[in-house]
Parts: sequence; C-alpha cells; structure tokens
Amino acid sequence: MARVARTAPAAPRGTLDLVPKIVTYSALIMISAFMVFPFVWMLVSSFKPFEEIFSGTTFLPKNPTVKNYVSLFEQSDALRKIWNSFFIAFTSTALSVFLCALGGYAFAKFKFPGHGFLFSFMLASMAIPFAVVMVPLFIMMRNYFHWIDTPLPLIVPGAANAFGIFFMRQYMSTLPDELLDAARVDGASEFRIFMGIVLPISIPALVSLGIIFFMSSWNNFLWPTAVLRSADQQTVPLMLRGLQGPPGRTAFDVLMAGSVVSLLPMLAIFLVLQRYLIGGITTGSVKG
Amino acid sequence: MRSTSSQPDLSKGTSPAAPAKWAAGGARPRQARGLVARLWSARWPLLFVSPFFLLFAAFGVYPIIFSLWLSLHSWKGVGEMQFVGLDNYGLLFRDGPFWNSMLNSLILFFIYVPVMTFLAVVLASLLNAGFLKLQGLWRALIFVPYITSMVASGYTFKLIFDQRAGIANHTLAIFGVSPVPWLDDVWWARITLGIMMVWAWLGYNTVIMLAGMQTIPNELGEAARVDGATRTQVFFRITVPLLRPVIIFAVTLSIIGTFQMYTEPVILTGGGPIRATETPMMQIFGNTFAALKFGYASAMSYVYFGIIVIVTLAQLRLVTRKEG
Repeated sequence: MARVARTAPAAPRGTLDLVPKIVTYSALIMISAFMVFPFVWMLVSSFKPFEEIFSGTTFLPKNPTVKNYVSLFEQSDALRKIWNSFFIAFTSTALSVFLCALGGYAFAKFKFPGHGFLFSFMLASMAIPFAVVMVPLFIMMRNYFHWIDTPLPLIVPGAANAFGIFFMRQYMSTLPDELLDAARVDGASEFRIFMGIVLPISIPALVSLGIIFFMSSWNNFLWPTAVLRSADQQTVPLMLRGLQGPPGRTAFDVLMAGSVVSLLPMLAIFLVLQRYLIGGITTGSVKG
Repeated sequence: MRSTSSQPDLSKGTSPAAPAKWAAGGARPRQARGLVARLWSARWPLLFVSPFFLLFAAFGVYPIIFSLWLSLHSWKGVGEMQFVGLDNYGLLFRDGPFWNSMLNSLILFFIYVPVMTFLAVVLASLLNAGFLKLQGLWRALIFVPYITSMVASGYTFKLIFDQRAGIANHTLAIFGVSPVPWLDDVWWARITLGIMMVWAWLGYNTVIMLAGMQTIPNELGEAARVDGATRTQVFFRITVPLLRPVIIFAVTLSIIGTFQMYTEPVILTGGGPIRATETPMMQIFGNTFAALKFGYASAMSYVYFGIIVIVTLAQLRLVTRKEG
C-alpha cells in the first residue's frame, strides 16, 4: 500500500546536475500553481460581495464579507443538506466496505464450487456503464420500491461493489493462513473469525476503500439528481446546482461560499489520510 | 471502471485455485449427494459472497434485461407500454443531437487526453527523480483536484473563464490581449472544458504513472546514464516503453471516462453553445427525465454502450498490434 511513498535516493552527482534540478522544481511549481489556483480563487471570491466578483479587478477582497456564507446557510438550509450528504456517504460507505470485505475474504481465502466462474462474472460486471442501468433502475426505485426522495437508492443498489470486492481480495490474499487456521482449531466459527481477526488486521485496506467510497458518494451528482426531488432531501452538490442569483446571472457569490463548504470535509479527510487514498487508487492499476 | 486492469489478474489470480480445487475434490462431481455435501462444506464462503450476487441480480442483471425490453417499447413511465419493435433504434439512427453528442465526446477526447497523458508521464518522472525533496507535498498539490466535487470546481471554472468578469480575460487584458470567448464559442468552449478535465484528472493519472514507474528498477536508467545517455533519452527510450502497459491502462480509463462525462459540461457550459459540448450522458439523461421517453432512452443507452465497447476494443487492438 505504501509503495508510492518513497524511492531510494540516487547517489549524489556533481554540481553540473543543477540544471535538471532547476527545471524540475520550476515545472513542479508551475503545475502546482495551476492546480491550486482555482481553490485560491474559490476562497477569495467567497469573501467578496457580488458586485466585486463581477468587476473582477482585485485579487484579494477589497471589502471582505461573510455575507455569502450567512446567506448560504439562511437561504438554502445548508446544514440540512450537509447532514443529508453526510448521512448518505457514511451509511453507504460503512455498508459497502463491510460487504466488500466479506466477499473479498471469501474469494481470497476459500475454495468453493464456482469460485473461478463467480469471480470472472463479478469482474465482468464492472464493465457495464451506469447509463445502461440508469433508466430501469429509476423505474424500479419509483414504481416497485417507492424509494424516490429517500436516501435508499443511493445506499442499497451500490452496496456490494465489484471493484471493492476485487480490491479487498487483493489485500486479503496476503494475510497469513496460519492465523486463520489457529482460530479454526480453537473452534471459532467462520463469521467470528472474519469479525474478530480478519477485519481488524485489514484496517488499512478498509480505510483506503472507505475513503474512495465516501468521496464518490459525497461528490456524486448524476444519480442523486435523478432520485432526490424535494429540497429537504437534497445533497450538497444538488444544493449548489439549485442556488439562484439575480435574474439571468449565476449566483457566484453564494456559490463560491457553498463550494468552499462542500470541499472542506473532503480536504480534511485528504490531509489526514492521503497515504491511504493514493495507496487505494494505485492498487487497482498497478498490482493488477 | 478498473475492469481493464483486472483482466490480466483474473488469469493470474484464479487459475491456480481452480485446478487445485479439482485435484482436491478428486474426480469431477460424482453424484447429487456429493454436490450437496460440497455446497454444505462451502456454506460460509458462499454466504459471504451472496450479498454481492443478490444485489447484482436485482440492481444489475434485472435492469439490463428490463432495459432491452423497454427499448422495444414506447413508454412514458405510466400507463400501458406500447410495443414498437425496433422503431426506437430506427429513430435513433436519424437522431442528430445524439450523434452530435457522440462526436463531441470524440473531439473532447482528442483535445485533452493526449496532452493530459503526456503531462502525467512527464510529471511522474519528475516526481520520481532521486534528488526531489518533499515528494509527498508535490504529489498532494497535484492530486487535490481529484477529491473536489465537480459541481464546485465547475462553477469555479465558470467564474474564472467568464468572458466579462473572469480573471482569465482580466489577466490577458494586462498583456493587451482582447477578451477570449472561453465559454461562448464552439471551439473555445470545448477547449475550456478540456482545460478543466486536465486540471481535474492530471493528478489521478500522474499517481497511476508514478506507481507504475516505481516498479521499474532505478538501475536501468542509471546504467544508461553511466553509458552517456541524456535524461531525455532515458525518458523516451527506457521509461516510456517500460511504462507502456500503465499508459494503455490510463488511456483506456480516459476513453471510458470521456464518454461518460456528465457533471462537468452540465455545470460549466450547460452543453452549449449550440450543443457543442453536449455529451451522450446528457442526451440519455434528458430523454429520460425531461422528455420521459423511457423506451427511447433505453435504446440510446444500449447503442451508447455498444459504441464504448467497440471504441475501447479498437484502441486496445491498435496498441497491441503495434507491439509486434
């Protein structure tokens, strides 16, 4: 998991190698500036009055104001929508990570009838784009389950995720068999072994997968747009989409404040758990 | 999304298990009783994998079949379904906006994917340089757009590239450049969307390339350097060829990602001007939820899926043939 972290430092060369260093650092500074600038602009604009955003003449706010944040929370009941987003992201992540760990463990450590076929079948299912199931899934949610305007369409259908099972299998194949066999000799049931031994020692992988799931749920836009209709069920991205400006113009002032708010939780998670997220993303691509 | 990466693993991961299983079980299934006994002894793993297969049957297999059935009908979502045979498919082949959206995806792909992929490889090799200090910090700065909601960043780009109020044109004005219609001209709108895609996905691609690069032993490049190769030569003659599988993987993901693009154009351009940045997902979404043409939208999603499969296979064919 930590394979991205470091490379062995090369032996120091002569001072002639100053040129590549200068080129490397200036290229990295330029690209980082390009990456970070939109965030800076989002932040400074969120403290500008509407007219100042549109005159666009100053970089830092001339008359800094928190009015945009106040009207975000007053106008659009932002707290409610943050809670909706958080509830959906947390519930769907917890459920998915648990089911993926369970499935990944079975594929990693057991031989059972249909093992190879079921595994291939599961991998093949990842190739199906969401567009192909979106229309009938919506009809099912509306006509059969009556789940429109509830969080359930965003939690249940995606709960067991083929990528997640594959991901957990990769990690769990590396667990030592002796540990599991010792517990079996002691007479523990397979489910107790999973809960008591396998889950605790898989925490790094569970965290990696959890961040990926949490992030994609928090930022999800397409499917929530389809199934969440009333204002008090909306998530944060839908709230942003719904913010209204003066007639005929985009409400950039409140929007930038809302964008900052939507970014903060992910940024906090990223700063603390960056290593796990990047480890998780590269697992599927390089080890595979 | 990661299906392409997993396919090689499939053969590696499961084929050793399968022969072992037959060997352990002796002869192939003998009688019904033997099978029941084997299923009973495998009850725990079967129970553990069952949630996936039950959920996939309900929310994957059933919708796919239902969608095919729907695509042969005309249905507004309520009342009787009307069987229309292949009419939806016939209409679809004459549907200008749909084919226009497919073409837009193709154009967008060529606008941003080559630039982004090349930059990702270069950036990864810079990050992989032995002398680099603070590798983690640089990587984090480049990666951070990936965690951002595309709705939030879409509006931010819309503000930056606003023709009158945006800082992009204000900055250009300092150098005497007249305002660029970033979002109001057919080609500029596609380019601006491309710039945003590079911004959003460069970090992700770089991280994948970097991980691939770290599996290449450092000694290879160093030996070449001792023999007098320049850094540029090492990059093009050693790094890029050895990284080929990872590059192919990343480009395949980009193809699929470009054809599935939805949030970015909806927020940044609304699909305009004059449908220049409208994507197939916007077409499918509009036909489903605005026009309520459920049957027609299903036919559209099937044709769309077929085209993604063909394009992806064609690309893989193209790159593997060159290898010979």
